[in-house]
Amino acid sequence: MTKRAGEAFQFATASYLVRIGNQAASSLLDLQKGLADCTDASIFYHTFQSLGRHHFLTEGFSNDFAQWVLSACNRPVLAERMASIDIRDYVSLADLRHDLRKIVEEYCHGNAATASQAAFEEFFFCETVEEKVPLGKEAWTLEQFRNGLKDLAHGSLQFHFITSRLRLQLRTNDFSQWLSMELGLKDLARKVDQIDIYTVTLDRARETILRLLEGELGQ
Amino acid sequence: MIGTQAPPRLIRLDDYESLIGAIEIAELRTLANRLQGRSIQMVNSTAVGGGVAEILNRMVPLMQELGIKVRWDVITGGEDFFAVTKAFHNALHGEAYQLSDDSFTTFLANTEQNRSRLCFDCDFTMIHDPQPVALIDARPNGRGHWTWRCHIDLSRPNQKVWNFLAPFVDRFDSAIFSSPAFARRLPVPQYLFFPSIDPLSEKNRELEPSLVSETLARFDIDPQRPIVTQISRFDRLKDPIGVVRAYQIVKRYADCQLVLAGGGASDDPEGDAVLAEVREAAGKDPDIHILELPPTSAPEINALQRASTIVLQKSLREGFGLTVTEALWKKKPVVASAVGGIPSQVIHKHTGMLAHSIEGAAYQIRFLLSNPAIAQKLGENGHEHVREHFLITGDVRRHLTLFLHFLRPA
Repeated sequence: MTKRAGEAFQFATASYLVRIGNQAASSLLDLQKGLADCTDASIFYHTFQSLGRHHFLTEGFSNDFAQWVLSACNRPVLAERMASIDIRDYVSLADLRHDLRKIVEEYCHGNAATASQAAFEEFFFCETVEEKVPLGKEAWTLEQFRNGLKDLAHGSLQFHFITSRLRLQLRTNDFSQWLSMELGLKDLARKVDQIDIYTVTLDRARETILRLLEGELGQ
Repeated sequence: MIGTQAPPRLIRLDDYESLIGAIEIAELRTLANRLQGRSIQMVNSTAVGGGVAEILNRMVPLMQELGIKVRWDVITGGEDFFAVTKAFHNALHGEAYQLSDDSFTTFLANTEQNRSRLCFDCDFTMIHDPQPVALIDARPNGRGHWTWRCHIDLSRPNQKVWNFLAPFVDRFDSAIFSSPAFARRLPVPQYLFFPSIDPLSEKNRELEPSLVSETLARFDIDPQRPIVTQISRFDRLKDPIGVVRAYQIVKRYADCQLVLAGGGASDDPEGDAVLAEVREAAGKDPDIHILELPPTSAPEINALQRASTIVLQKSLREGFGLTVTEALWKKKPVVASAVGGIPSQVIHKHTGMLAHSIEGAAYQIRFLLSNPAIAQKLGENGHEHVREHFLITGDVRRHLTLFLHFLRPA
């Protein structure tokens, strides 16, 4: 018999605006200061959001900060360290900011001469403004969930699969949370959460989830 | 049979389905449904010609098809007014300009005429560019949400002109810029809206391979050897001489051709001089094709971009280079200068290659000619980048999102 959830999964989409901040960095020292002063929404935009915006890049793109350090400052070692930060390890922007700051501070401390060198182009701190819109679709069973997932656009996938981590304050995503808590499918939830969002596109992630769901439904 | 052509078919939202997917279109409809009953007014200074009119000509019908009440008003003015606004435009890009009292008077008098002629009763009003900016005076008792969308680069404006315009801008609820680099410090929220291209337009739609071949044949370009192309008007800021120099470096290592194609220089006295310099720099090299194209050359530009092995945009200063977006959409590997809005389009080593010098540009071209698999991957990534961020449908979505954001309780 098909298990019915105690609470339905509510499919939503999110649409994003980018707000331009008043901060810019033209050197690594500026970046260091900016990372200390910018808003949480800005940290979110340049990390979590950036990954979603560039989901189609599956080789080596991690966040805006690392990309700028590489392309505008030509500092591959620092860029690599910043790129190695995995947002899935963070449930708070304060922690993420702390680690980004620490990496840049350490580099600037050890490389004083290059830290103040002018970058080829400025880095502009921006912020995300998220508009969540319920799609009016819900799933009570695994089958309904699978059908709903098929019809999600990138904005919805990004909302449920990437940015949800911060909302949940857990190291997981909306889908896994619901599968585990409502349907008791802990192993399936874990497999969904293991999908590497740094190396697959959102469409590939969806295909993988659908394959996992089909497998579960076929059992 | 009478020799008339059928009128061009009206492009519908569903025509974009094959490009962005039915799901994305369905989401546009979901967002639009929440704006039913709301009214939107777009105001700019021209109905045809120029990038803003091009965007509105496509965006307004798409929004209307989504069931939203959208009105597009174009301000009117005499030659004196548009002479002033043209001077403003150049000054806002940083050119020297002596603002006279007459300029103020002309600008404000014309605004007053348009204010009495137009009706401002919509929920959302979007004023495009500086020409109609003073219409903020017509806002009825602070009603509605007013946004100023600035399509030009304000990073280094003539201070006198900006000081005149800024008090108007400050009274809007928000402002929109095409790149963070173009924004000013304003007391109102500023949003980033990338300029968009229409993938179904003559300049961007898919072409039959035979059309591409015919175009190459017409311009005597060899389809069998690599083609490096820069599409831009003959303007020093586009660095056409730098393009020739970069090609000449590459030519030592690779048997390629250079196509420099751009609009005619007849209305720009400096354009003639630049074109002459380019011809001189090119010398007698038969593999350098310098093409002066008339304004009606969208299909030719489309074909040249599609035929290119690499597309170059070696500008010294650039707004948001739409030619870069066009090339990325056509899956072309792009080598471009890291100036203006270009780094938003060309993510270095992901959607193209950035360069900071002639030698750097030459190196990146050589690298891509020698590594076609990498070039192909960059082109594919670039295409996806455009699909996600720089298409007209995405621009519509950003507008809907902004209006929804305004409706959210504070």
